[in-house]
Amino acid sequence: MILDGKCPTGPIEKSWDKHRFDMKLVNPANKRKFKVLVVGTGLAGGAAAATLGELGYKVEAFCYQDSARRAHSIAAQGGINAAKNYHNDGDSVYRLFYDTIKGGDFRAREADVWRLAQVSNNIIDQCVAQGVPFAREYSGLLANRSFGGAQVSRTFYARGQTGQQLLLGAYQALSRQVKAGTVTLRPRTEMLDLVVVDGVAKGITVRNLVTGELESYWGDAVVLATGGYVNVFYLSTNAMGCSVTAAWKASKKGAYMANPCYTQIHPTCIPQSGDHQSKLTLMSESLRNDGRCWVPKRKEDCDKPAGEIAEEDRDYYLERKYPSFGNLAPRDIASRAAKEQCDDERGVGPGKRGVYLDYQSAIDRVGEDTIRERYGNLFDMYEKITDENAYKQPMRIYPAPHYSMGGLWVDYNCMSNVPGLFVLGEANFSVHGANRLGASALMQGLADGYFVIPYTIGNYLATVKPGEITTEHAEFAKSREEVQGRIDKLMNVNGKRSVSSFARALGKIMWENVGMARSEESLKEALQEIPKLREEFWQNVKVTGEKGQRNGQLEDAGRVADFLEFAEVMTTDALHRNESCGGHFRTEYQTDDGEAMRDDENFCYVAAWEYKGEGKAPELHKEPLKFENVKLAIRSYK
Amino acid sequence: MDLTLYVWRQNGPEDKGKLEQYEAKNVSPDSSFLEMLDEVNEELIHSGIEPIEFDNDCREGICGTCGCVVNGIPHGPQEKTTACQLHMRQFSDGDSLTLEPWRAKAFPVIKDLAVDRTALDNIIQAGGYTSAYTGEVGEANQTLISKPNADYAMDAAECIGCGACVAACPNGSAMLFTSAKIAQMAVLPQGEIEAAERVNNMTEAMLNAGFGNCTNHYECEAACPKGVSVKFIAKTNREYVKALAK
Repeated sequence: MILDGKCPTGPIEKSWDKHRFDMKLVNPANKRKFKVLVVGTGLAGGAAAATLGELGYKVEAFCYQDSARRAHSIAAQGGINAAKNYHNDGDSVYRLFYDTIKGGDFRAREADVWRLAQVSNNIIDQCVAQGVPFAREYSGLLANRSFGGAQVSRTFYARGQTGQQLLLGAYQALSRQVKAGTVTLRPRTEMLDLVVVDGVAKGITVRNLVTGELESYWGDAVVLATGGYVNVFYLSTNAMGCSVTAAWKASKKGAYMANPCYTQIHPTCIPQSGDHQSKLTLMSESLRNDGRCWVPKRKEDCDKPAGEIAEEDRDYYLERKYPSFGNLAPRDIASRAAKEQCDDERGVGPGKRGVYLDYQSAIDRVGEDTIRERYGNLFDMYEKITDENAYKQPMRIYPAPHYSMGGLWVDYNCMSNVPGLFVLGEANFSVHGANRLGASALMQGLADGYFVIPYTIGNYLATVKPGEITTEHAEFAKSREEVQGRIDKLMNVNGKRSVSSFARALGKIMWENVGMARSEESLKEALQEIPKLREEFWQNVKVTGEKGQRNGQLEDAGRVADFLEFAEVMTTDALHRNESCGGHFRTEYQTDDGEAMRDDENFCYVAAWEYKGEGKAPELHKEPLKFENVKLAIRSYK
Repeated sequence: MDLTLYVWRQNGPEDKGKLEQYEAKNVSPDSSFLEMLDEVNEELIHSGIEPIEFDNDCREGICGTCGCVVNGIPHGPQEKTTACQLHMRQFSDGDSLTLEPWRAKAFPVIKDLAVDRTALDNIIQAGGYTSAYTGEVGEANQTLISKPNADYAMDAAECIGCGACVAACPNGSAMLFTSAKIAQMAVLPQGEIEAAERVNNMTEAMLNAGFGNCTNHYECEAACPKGVSVKFIAKTNREYVKALAK
């Protein structure tokens, strides 16, 4: 089937304005008759729930955390992009649009990205009005900094905690609506099924994570803003609770999963220190402004302290390979280069999976105080985790899974192919193509939540009779039974192997075969291994505790079970895409000098996968990508 | 290293609860405190004992989900550090650690080390925001904010809402948490208009939620993993007096 993204036609700079006018509206008096369920309270979900509440809809907002303020958007460090052109350095909506399309390696929809760039400025205005304490100049004006993938200064920030401050802004707007009575919060609930009635999304089944009860909720529309899935690799920069579960349940109920093979591996993370490790911590990309990446030239030097390796015995591999960009090569390229060195057995630190990020020459140049001023908080964080002083010896870093560009397929209105199911933020696939630029995730989450869904959901609800289907409908009971059946099945396996050991095993398969570099061989290997592990899981997993109360093991077991199914679709997508683009690097498809080689003739489309049942191959649907405003070009960073 | 743990086990809010002794063997000094608990839990699972329940999520010190009292100190002995960022090299081989949940009237125990902090959300809902509708709110740079004020607001806004301040306070007061938001908003032009209403509503909500009042012990600041200062409590008191005059 050829999918239609329903993008507006005509000149792109008028597309969103025209579309806003063309959409149907819901009368203010009628809005309170509609109920909207919002799952996830990060930047996208929190902003959506707050704004829909302000408009007068009845909103119920769900999150697995104990408070709406804790969604993982909170961990974003760097900043948020907007095309304000405050620095008079040539920025414009068009340039932000162009940079984002190019950064995504020409695998995103033009119209969606244009809209994102257009509303980026409204986001900054909105956040300032909420009291978000952005960094300021002594003049009292907002400060900006530069970020990867752009030649202009367009990134707004709040120290190293931009995500936290933006999320608290959305959370506070949400809190105001709770007081106003338009929004009901349901923290500590996890969505375990989408209820679809006659092909239309009408509600969800959740597990109350305190009582263990299954609960049904109906809504005239369901909004998923449930984040990304890179915890499929087990070790990632995501929070422990981040999972594909909500999106995957929707996928099993008919929503298509788009481009799941597009995952971002961030180059500067603190390497794993041992088997006890539960997550990886990101160190801001800004560190590469002054740090130099190197590994020893000779394998036998790898165990020596860094200081004992002479200058001529060091391989500054990024400077060697990419003389013009050097240590500031983009994320996907820098990550792959680090992996290459370690694969060549020249990695450093425990397990030899690490490279040095060295500040000595910067300290010699500008002095330790200046470096402390620029990066002091990051050096402190590094010391807390590794017990090493990065002023005295080089940092060790290694790439780690960070973000998923793929996600549920949505049209221009952020609605999936299941009518009534909307998907926002990292959970959808829409704007980042095959690679996301820094400071764009926060922009997308808030754009979708504050400025897109409030319009597009009205266009849908105007065609729906409010409250027509409630939890009395038989589909809700059926859904609860199915979910209960799966929980009972998990509890009853009563095997010998812990949940986390399966999560680690899956992560290993995915990281080794579907990670930074993939080949037909490795992907086929993964497609052999995943079903085997899944089978063992259902025969040998041990879930302790009771289902009728708080049970962290049961929560994790459900998430791992879903990852074990999703991983196969992700791998299938990676195997079918016989090209390299952005974060998807197939070793067979590279130029002579090792760069990603796209195949625009055969793969310039969105791959949307339809779930066909357990053990059955998913069906591929394509949405062709048309580029009318940007010319397809090759990305080079030499 | 090997450690002896005394962990608070409480099977639900109605259960009386008690300390149980567990051994943590071969703990890597490089592991975080929560990773040490993960490993203890793996052992418990294998010996058929229900693992210890504790809240956690981001494990990088920013979401505010984790936290327990370690040997009487919220988030453990290292200053300005959440439990997830506390690393085992802070302890020595043979140490005994007592792990308890946040203890406060306003934070009922859910299970083991996990408590219900909904009361903190209730305080924010009472007024911890500006009443700005999403929409055309005016250009961001039209309102100038001096750098010192912006920095002051950011210092206050660093609060991660973990509740360590409440656990540390002999009165179980949430004054530091509440004040941080009041002060952040009061110093910004966007929040100034509603300052009087906000300070009244938020402090009232705090007391209604079962938190105690502040009697200047400063334990909150000492326990705060983000170093939020008690000067914001002083600011709140001034805002409170100003509101009385209105």
